Amino acid sequence: MTIEVRNLVKQFGSFKALDGVDLKVDNGELLALLGPSGSGKTTLLRIIAGLDWPDSGEVFFNGEDALAQGARERNVGFVFQHYALFRHMTVFENVAFGLRVQPRASRKDEATIRARVKELLDLVQLDWLADRYPSQLSGGQRQRIALARALAIEPRILLLDEPFGALDAKVRKELRRWLRSLHHEINVTSIFVTHDQEEALEVANRVVVMDKGRIEQIGSPDDVYESPATAFVHGFIGESIELPVQVEGDVIRLGDRPLNLAADGLAPGASKLFVRRHDMLVGPPGSGAFEGAVQHVRNFGPVQRAEVALSGGETIEIDAPRDRELRAGDTIGLEPRRYRIFAG
Amino acid sequence: MTMQIADSVSLPSPDARARAHAAAARDSLRTEPRAVRMTIIALAIVFLSVFVVLPLVVVFAQAFSKGILAYLSALADPEALAAIRLTLLVAAISVGLNLVFGLVAAWAIAKFEFSGKTFLITLIDLPFSVSPVISGLVFVLLFGAQGYFGSWLRDHDIQILFAVPGIALATTFVTFPFVARALIPLMQEQGTQEEEAAISLGASGLQTFFRVTLPNIKWGVLYGVLLCNARAMGEFGAVSVVSGHIRGETNTMPLLVEILYNEYQFVAAFAIASLLAMLALITLIAKTVLERHLDEGHDASDH
Repeated sequence: MTIEVRNLVKQFGSFKALDGVDLKVDNGELLALLGPSGSGKTTLLRIIAGLDWPDSGEVFFNGEDALAQGARERNVGFVFQHYALFRHMTVFENVAFGLRVQPRASRKDEATIRARVKELLDLVQLDWLADRYPSQLSGGQRQRIALARALAIEPRILLLDEPFGALDAKVRKELRRWLRSLHHEINVTSIFVTHDQEEALEVANRVVVMDKGRIEQIGSPDDVYESPATAFVHGFIGESIELPVQVEGDVIRLGDRPLNLAADGLAPGASKLFVRRHDMLVGPPGSGAFEGAVQHVRNFGPVQRAEVALSGGETIEIDAPRDRELRAGDTIGLEPRRYRIFAG
Repeated sequence: MTMQIADSVSLPSPDARARAHAAAARDSLRTEPRAVRMTIIALAIVFLSVFVVLPLVVVFAQAFSKGILAYLSALADPEALAAIRLTLLVAAISVGLNLVFGLVAAWAIAKFEFSGKTFLITLIDLPFSVSPVISGLVFVLLFGAQGYFGSWLRDHDIQILFAVPGIALATTFVTFPFVARALIPLMQEQGTQEEEAAISLGASGLQTFFRVTLPNIKWGVLYGVLLCNARAMGEFGAVSVVSGHIRGETNTMPLLVEILYNEYQFVAAFAIASLLAMLALITLIAKTVLERHLDEGHDASDH
């Protein structure tokens, strides 16, 4: 099943949740919608599911107009952040629900339903919980049951809204890996929404970065990390140092200090320079584009994180390897191994 | 330092230590002297006895003051039986209507966003804030002989005031908020996600309502119905205005109690009153049981 979204616009009061979104999802993809809260990612997901309606724009499933159908007819599996399990039904009945509410003509007989539910509970490895109620399960178990329930109707598309958002860090990591292998197994076109960049980069084969109702970048996890298309993407994904710089001819200035960096092809004016924290190489004073005084040093496993007051007036945090110990009060030179400059 | 040594020697389990800390914290909170505590408790007991237990005891004592036979014959009086029948009928009608209205209103308010919602919620509370006598008078104004619909009703030979329809209408109006008020916060707390899940799984609107929405609120519905019923059976003011006090026909139990009392038939008056008191006791017990179920429902929604 392919999904195509064209020029979606959705407004809640004066808040623009979606501001002209175009997106194509290929058959069998596992796509992540990544963005901060309020970026419109959940609204986009809910419109695809039929739980919300756009003010304008189009949605196609395999070239068919999906907006002509309600959520009930779209045959889309939806997994909610807070599970939304039916609290008065057992796990078994939760998973069976989608099969039991089928119109009489297409409804399976009881034995088939039982077999199918058993199969799904096996798939999520929770068959031993069939008779429990949702309140008796842990968060991770509930979310796996919610997934089994969504898969029961053999959905054409699987949509997951912050599926791991309500879980603690350890369970979240386990479920991520599990979701990826499950997707590999069932291979249904899937979209999941997350605000957690690590989750998006680890699970998805394509990442859509959104901000303020617009798509900032679409690409593979490597693409969005290694070559961010916009200042927003660079700032949002990975830990970045952001410095306000001035481009004048072929000179880049930080405050009064000219930086010894190439300014080829850059538009003159106020710009932003982005460097990953670990891409700032430490050298003796006088070497490199920047110079600064170390303020604090904390050790994080393999790296030391140092707060450095640059002579241009800004204070930044860098991650340096621990082969050369930094101390508060040291004056050091810094050279960005890789950097990007965005206008504005 | 000494603390550390003591700890390492006795090695109390962290659990036991936590409990000890909690107990110590409780004790330190209870700083009032013993005398003050006892006085406050005694005051509460005296108050409860005088204002709650004593009236209840008096009702039953008066009802049985001439023995159980007098009590039973007072209840078997045709007028008393008619009042009991009418009360049950009116309660059944108004509870039935308010169950439907309350469900619909709560559903609309909790599950949908629309303008004027706050106004609607305020409107639902109106019967609670208006004196029941005024509520009754409104119906007299509408359906009375000199009322807006009075002549039309007379022409079509429809009797609303001083008859069952008027009593049922007034009772329904006065008890309208109970079911809706019990359900709105419950349904708002539960949100719409389970319904959305059901619909995305292919359930129709009706299937969603009967399989998901209704089972989730059933204890709340029972709770609302229980309180609604207690008030419907006990309503005096509004019913008094619209009933006309026709003996054996339009007297409900509370009205009959007043009439009998004014006629110095104390045993009969308190015999009927004892039935209402028993209704209150049963309602209280049922309410306690239901509240326990409601709490469980809330727990189940925890994440």
